[in-house]
Amino acid sequence: MKLKNYSKLLAGVLLLTLPLFLQQMNDYVLHIAITVGIYIILSLSLNIIIGYAGQFALGHAAFYGIGAYASALLMLHWNVSFWVALPAAAIITGLFGLLLGSPVIRLRGDYLGIVTLGFGEIVRLVFVNWVDVTRGPMGLPGIPAPTLFGYTFTEKTDFYYLILVLAAITIFVVHRIIHSGIGLNLLTIREDETLAQSIGIRPVKYKLMAFALGAFFAGVAGAFWASYISYISPDGFRYMDSVNILAMVILGGAASIPGSILGAVILVLAPELLRYVNDYRMMLMGVAIVLMMIFKPSGFWGEKHRKTNFYRLQRGERKP
Amino acid sequence: MFLQQLANGLTMGVIYALIALGYTMVYGILKIVNFAHGDIYMFGSFFGLFLVKTLHMPLLPAFIVAALATATLGMIIERVAYRPLRTADRIVPLISALGVSTFLTSFVQKVWGTEMHPFPTTFGSKTWTIGNLAFSEIQILILMLSFALMITLQLFVTRTKTGIAMRATSMSLTNASLMGINTNHMISVAFAIGSALAACAGIMVGIYYNAVYPTMGYMAGISAFTAAVLGGIGSIPGAMLGGILLGVIENLGGAYISTQYQSVISFSILIIVLMIKPTGIFGKKEINKV
Repeated sequence: MKLKNYSKLLAGVLLLTLPLFLQQMNDYVLHIAITVGIYIILSLSLNIIIGYAGQFALGHAAFYGIGAYASALLMLHWNVSFWVALPAAAIITGLFGLLLGSPVIRLRGDYLGIVTLGFGEIVRLVFVNWVDVTRGPMGLPGIPAPTLFGYTFTEKTDFYYLILVLAAITIFVVHRIIHSGIGLNLLTIREDETLAQSIGIRPVKYKLMAFALGAFFAGVAGAFWASYISYISPDGFRYMDSVNILAMVILGGAASIPGSILGAVILVLAPELLRYVNDYRMMLMGVAIVLMMIFKPSGFWGEKHRKTNFYRLQRGERKP
Repeated sequence: MFLQQLANGLTMGVIYALIALGYTMVYGILKIVNFAHGDIYMFGSFFGLFLVKTLHMPLLPAFIVAALATATLGMIIERVAYRPLRTADRIVPLISALGVSTFLTSFVQKVWGTEMHPFPTTFGSKTWTIGNLAFSEIQILILMLSFALMITLQLFVTRTKTGIAMRATSMSLTNASLMGINTNHMISVAFAIGSALAACAGIMVGIYYNAVYPTMGYMAGISAFTAAVLGGIGSIPGAMLGGILLGVIENLGGAYISTQYQSVISFSILIIVLMIKPTGIFGKKEINKV
């Protein structure tokens, strides 16, 4: 086995046994670990759209919210089991991704950014104003926890293992997609849409696919969150939350799976470790985003080859 | 009822127009959307509030000082967050602008708190009626001041040397610099004017609704951007017309359809315009080079 595989194995064992080490401690650390897991899924899902498809989307918290509300409503109103509600909510969110994507996917970067921003606000407005279904600003309490063979998830440890599995599945699936034909087509479109079209790739189809996939995984994260915390309200899915997820993708590095994971870890841990600067958290994040764009636009752990050799040959560019 | 809604819409429309001018001027030159513009508007509003409430400044000097301060802020933002990125990928300055916007919102939240602030002024209590139409004092101030500012801007860009140089820069940055125009200076001027107009709009909205709050720039930004796109982004008369049109449509929609979803109306208009005629009413067609 290569060294790299050993380190992966070690990391895996560490993550699996983490709760055993933490038994002495309170649930606080486990809660942080679960939050990191949720944000890993969210930043990866946004990374599909921004990093790999090159689509500047700004309303990711809306998809997260749709997933949470869809799952919560399914469980509260129709007594659907968590194991059905989670995939169903993810599919519903994916459909919303298609719904938003199909009219706007042809828009250029900055326009798409504003439109998705507006979409995020509209979704929040619907959560706030559709009182009959969402109970408006009061939110939805009492969302049931998952049960497995008669065992109800009550401990933080249960949720920890669940999010570990969900995050691992997400990482695996995103990795497989990026290294498949779909992923290569996406990268080609991102680098040069005209070129992609000229060799028979349909940009709209693949961009939509990326949008739906990104929304789908955000839906998974939302559905998990709803059951984990058992109460959701429109306040949890605001513009600032979208910016937070975006910052994870950017700081970690767009178009990079380890980058997204790193971004999520940093931005969940930083405010916890720096509690005394909590008031300045968003201010610092704003400064960090600007500085990152000036000095290291590819992020801490960004893509190694920003542009493929093929593309560089095409354009006769020397600089990567 | 209809005429009254029209008048209210017109009031909001000229405000949108003032904010939209900032988007359009920056876009005209740099071809980027200044995502932080809504927050610049919000900052102008808060600065005006600070001058009037804390320093007890009369309204007119407060307008001028706030506009100057916000213009400076706009220039600083350009220098710090956009100028170093001028040659980067298109998406890079957008994200940087988002950072600026996040910073400004949380800065104002830190200094003034997250709650709504009333605008302490006795101005605007009187009402004038013409037939069935009722205009409050503040509505008349908004209309008159906005039109005055827009006419001044139009005269500035068509009659003065700086204005003409600015238009030349917006036609082609490279050619303008070859003709000896200091394009960096022109970009600064565009940011300064756009931000000053946004500050005036911010203070007027603050008085009109008697509420100033840190996240007010967000929806106003989207609406004003829609106005700029509707009129044809990059075009100054387009932004004015787009703003007025949008204000009227939003207000009528709000009155006859639903006030809760009023912002949905501007968002839908944005999508429809972008899909059917992305160049807007006065926009020039952009040529895609392959």
